[in-house]
Amino acid sequence: MNLEKVKSDIEAAVPGCRLQIVVNGSPSGQHSLLLDREHAFAVAKFLRDDPELCLDYCSNVTGVDWPDTEGSGYLEVVYHLYSTVKKHGPLTVRMRTEDRKDAVNLPSFTPLWRSAEFQEREVFDLYGVVFDGHPDLRRILMWDGFEDHPMRKDYVDPDDYEYEPTAHDAVLKRALEHSNRDEKAGGCQ
Amino acid sequence: MDQKLKIELSQQGIFATTLEEVYNWGRKNSVWPLTFGLACCAIEMIATTMARYDLARFGAEVFRPSPRQADLMIVAGTVTKKMAPQVVRLYNQMPEPKYVIAMGACAISGGPFKQGYNVLKGIDRYIPVDVHIPGCPPRPEALIDAFMTLQKKIDAQHLTGDLRPRHLRADTSSEFVVPQYGAHDLEPAKNPKLWNITLKATPTEPRAGENEPGKS
Repeated sequence: MNLEKVKSDIEAAVPGCRLQIVVNGSPSGQHSLLLDREHAFAVAKFLRDDPELCLDYCSNVTGVDWPDTEGSGYLEVVYHLYSTVKKHGPLTVRMRTEDRKDAVNLPSFTPLWRSAEFQEREVFDLYGVVFDGHPDLRRILMWDGFEDHPMRKDYVDPDDYEYEPTAHDAVLKRALEHSNRDEKAGGCQ
Repeated sequence: MDQKLKIELSQQGIFATTLEEVYNWGRKNSVWPLTFGLACCAIEMIATTMARYDLARFGAEVFRPSPRQADLMIVAGTVTKKMAPQVVRLYNQMPEPKYVIAMGACAISGGPFKQGYNVLKGIDRYIPVDVHIPGCPPRPEALIDAFMTLQKKIDAQHLTGDLRPRHLRADTSSEFVVPQYGAHDLEPAKNPKLWNITLKATPTEPRAGENEPGKS
């Protein structure tokens, strides 16, 4: 699949869409296509239904947290699309949220590929991306009532270090902070 | 009872024993585990019960599907924080006397997921564990060894006196606090009556040539 050709095909089929090729500089050269939020669903529908591309299988959905990029940063969702009919793929498709706090909405691809349902729930659970149009957007790994998103880079995990037989490096630092705090508080209990 | 006297009596055809011995002998040879597995260790536990390793030799072939009929809980596998309340609740539902084997690195300490956010750092934070087995996963022989250790422990328990176990004391409860799902972690994060180990971190001496100015 020629990504340039895919891009021009999409631009011809979905007027007004803003596409961008994200270049992968590594030897594998797996470049990907960045979609804009407004036209992403129409573009994805085209990718699935176009007789030449016929990308009928969404194998993977994952999230990436970019906290320091472009001011307040953004969250990114990556889809890997394959065609079982044409035997080609993957086409890597990305979408980015506006920021990491309130504008974290993206269109859901679950109406197009049913296999995205649980994976989008996982991205919602661990990264906090809200998928508009998802039929059942609930947490899937963590419990309801859990407030954090553990895969975000600024996640602070529960401070429950109690016993570290071979503490070193970052763990040792935290362990020392702990023992100092516990001594001040008069022991653990 | 004096062992020498007992042997001498048995040579004369007289069988002498105590109620405690008969009671414990019966108990230790009919420990029924709870049908209960959490992760890959459960596969080894299942293998232990099958013909090759045959846990039935020790009287533990009847895995009960209800906690009301079980004596032993084998915590076989990773206990996630999402699963921990259910594990404690199942333990509370078991009748006394009840025992726990924590099987595998995850159940005893969190194992490879110890630094993670959603794995309990050992089930002994919430329920009292009788035998810990390290291993990832432990071999069936290790589980059999743990089971025999538990049998010895049951055999040594006294019916009377100050050392009698929990289930023979009226003033101790057999129920333990079930943790609740909190906004960031389980609440409480541990049962302080069971788990009150203070963290002791001792920085190791820097190795020769390390962290010294003037050397790269």
